[in-house]
Amino acid sequence: MIGLERRPQPSRAWSMATPLVAVLATMLAGGLLFAALGKDPVEAIRTIFWEPLFGEFSFYYRPQLVVKGAPLVLIAIGLSLGFKAGIWNIGAEGQYIVGALTGAAVGLAFYPLESVFVFPLMVLAGAFGGWAWAMIPAILKTRFGTNEILVSLMLVYVAEQLLASMSLGLLKNPEGYGFPGSRNLQHYDSAHNAELIAGSGMHWGAAAALIAVIFAYVLMNRHMTGFHIRLTGEAPRAARFAGVSPTRLVLFCLGMSGALAGLAGLFEVSGPAGVVSIDFNVGYGFTAIIVAFLGRLHPVGILLAGALMALTYIGGDIAQSNLGLPSAAIQVFQGMLLFFLLAFDVLTNFRIRLGAGEVA
Amino acid sequence: MSDVLLSLKGLTKAYPGVVANDHVSFDIGVGEVHALLGENGAGKSTLVKMIYGLVKPDSGEMVLNDAPYMPAEPRAARADGIAMVFQHFSLFDALNVAENIALGMENPPPMRDLAQRIKSVSENYGLPLDPFRAVGDLSAGERQRVEIIRCLLQDPKLLIMDEPTSVLTPQEVEILFQTLRKLKSEGTSILYISHKLEEIRSLCDFATILRLGQNVGACVPRDTSARDMAEMMVGAALKTPERGGRDLGPVALSIRGLSVPAPSAFGTALKDVTLTVHKGEILGIGGVAGNGQDELLSVLSGEVLCAPGEVLLHGDAIGQMNPTKRRKLGVLAAPEERLGHAAAPDMSLTENALLTGSVRQGLETRGMINWSRAKGFAEAVIAGFDVRTPGPGNAARSLSGGNLQKFVIGREVLQDPDVLVVNQPTWGVDAAAAAAIRQALLDLAAKGAAVICISQDLDELMEISDNFAALNEGRLSNPRSTQGLTVDEIGLMMGGAHGMEVAHV
Repeated sequence: MIGLERRPQPSRAWSMATPLVAVLATMLAGGLLFAALGKDPVEAIRTIFWEPLFGEFSFYYRPQLVVKGAPLVLIAIGLSLGFKAGIWNIGAEGQYIVGALTGAAVGLAFYPLESVFVFPLMVLAGAFGGWAWAMIPAILKTRFGTNEILVSLMLVYVAEQLLASMSLGLLKNPEGYGFPGSRNLQHYDSAHNAELIAGSGMHWGAAAALIAVIFAYVLMNRHMTGFHIRLTGEAPRAARFAGVSPTRLVLFCLGMSGALAGLAGLFEVSGPAGVVSIDFNVGYGFTAIIVAFLGRLHPVGILLAGALMALTYIGGDIAQSNLGLPSAAIQVFQGMLLFFLLAFDVLTNFRIRLGAGEVA
Repeated sequence: MSDVLLSLKGLTKAYPGVVANDHVSFDIGVGEVHALLGENGAGKSTLVKMIYGLVKPDSGEMVLNDAPYMPAEPRAARADGIAMVFQHFSLFDALNVAENIALGMENPPPMRDLAQRIKSVSENYGLPLDPFRAVGDLSAGERQRVEIIRCLLQDPKLLIMDEPTSVLTPQEVEILFQTLRKLKSEGTSILYISHKLEEIRSLCDFATILRLGQNVGACVPRDTSARDMAEMMVGAALKTPERGGRDLGPVALSIRGLSVPAPSAFGTALKDVTLTVHKGEILGIGGVAGNGQDELLSVLSGEVLCAPGEVLLHGDAIGQMNPTKRRKLGVLAAPEERLGHAAAPDMSLTENALLTGSVRQGLETRGMINWSRAKGFAEAVIAGFDVRTPGPGNAARSLSGGNLQKFVIGREVLQDPDVLVVNQPTWGVDAAAAAAIRQALLDLAAKGAAVICISQDLDELMEISDNFAALNEGRLSNPRSTQGLTVDEIGLMMGGAHGMEVAHV
């Protein structure tokens, strides 16, 4: 019989190793899945993990990695703060949408004025929009004790309706011949989140993601706020004893993750997407949850996890078009990654015991 | 004594990194009350778990009534006539007594028959208990009766009791002892685990002493002094805490007419609590667990706020201040629950030192943490209070209960408090460490701090405190000087036997 035995303290080695083991297990199980679908498993795995980085068309895919990875990292960093404290913001997708809407609205309001102040104002508006959307579950939780998981998730669907209404109404391009969607911000220089280095995929969102990583690292490891966040997650009663106000912590964590998600939305709408349209959001806010856990809620881990997740997205697209793999298979593949990560996570706190099981 | 009921031969059980029991052998006679003594971590629990079939020994054997005995699970142990009353009750508050007892039975009889049997057993042994009362309404002493009657219904040959008196008032202890003596006279053997040496001297026929998993000696408690037994447990000479001549200074902290509603359905509301503690005074607060101890500490630490004027420090209202502000003013606290309240289990000792030390020890400047100073503070606590751990980087939960308790108390004492509130400061700590902690509290008071010591260990309170008050259902009795206070008076302050009838055996 196989049993689990609690370790006297969490294993550092396993905590670092589980993401790697999870990736390897995903490759193995994914390979079996692809083989069962009648595809060459080695070729499929190579296409997903190798092609985007070093393949024939990598000059095109590499910037795409940055464009996909930046919003994931930016959102996941914000989510990780709350997750560490046991505050579950599941609605980053909604905050992402609202941040994009408020940011784009500010930009469009100034159209066609050209000024260096337009873009910074849009950035502030985007962060504010996401923050304000996250304040709804935060205030409902602290005032009335509602569950932030449900409220933030439901607000995603409200935000999607808002997005549809805006792209068909208020923000619709007056010169767009009646088609839905706003003016293209890529064609409005003062509002355009252009690549910082041409052809690299590096836009302001990627820079913001890197800054967020550093900021989160310092906050979590060197600042009392970060210590209180971790303490609340590990032992809520000890946190109160230490003097942490749960209300303020909920407001801080939800506000911070909302603001970062809003920023991600603004950078996306003013850069790679360009327009506010009905199908603007593609699920970054949800995928970022996986990224946050894959990165062990650690800032540097999240950076790596965001890159890995972007890789499976782009690699998955290539595998779909080159090998004819169904898109559902790619989604299963991505799901496996989180599944294996959580499964192997057990080994951080427990070790496997072979032999006679025992009740103790 | 008489014939041997259960004989343990060379029982050994090792866990990763520690040998819990190392070739332990002794005999329990028929109709004998056998005490099992030892510090925390000496291996008492592991040993009784092996007898009760919860843990399987690595080697060694047991003989019950001349037949080999090796229970695979508690059910087998019960079938062989072994019953156990655990320290922590496993009862459902929402169910009544009879339903709770039926839940633990293999084939419960119809409820009416069971109730009848409960009634007859409980009256027979002087433990009156109404089978149809909800367990949630019972006092701790009555809950323990439920557990004992659950065992007695099996007609056990050996009854194992793990620290049964820690939740009882002195009067309730006397009732329990009468029951146990009656059981003994009927030929039931009892294996009795306790820290309280005076109890063992009055109740037990024979004692086996464990230290670090080994049987280090045996004695007849009646003929051995409590001090000698304690020294056998510790393996070293004991130092008795010394109290210097103490002069009480001006009032440091006072509570005026404080009432706080219960924080949860199973918490206790504080009702019109008034107390004063002077500089240089140790105020002992006794009472059976669950009568408002946790709630009183929370109100003083600032985890629960109250009207500003209900708590006064040097005459200033602090009732609305949070824990951080109170620490700044010198009001520190050490809660009872070590893991999860006083300390975060998975965090290192350095992080746990930061938990309460950040303000007074200057471990942060404008929110930025100075980790090297935090580590230094943790090391100072470890060195100052003899905390046995490889270093400050180890997680709190890797420490034994006693060591963590020393860390938690040391962390507050070393911060030089004006007022220190401690709850159960020596709970689960071995005798030597308990003496060291009490000495630290006495030294603190001698330096002019006011100490409020909440504890269920009356001997401890009598030893160190100047004044004594008792909590009973959220009300605090008037404090009395500990000079000349008798056990009976203390028992009455604690609420007597909680309305329980004294046994008529």
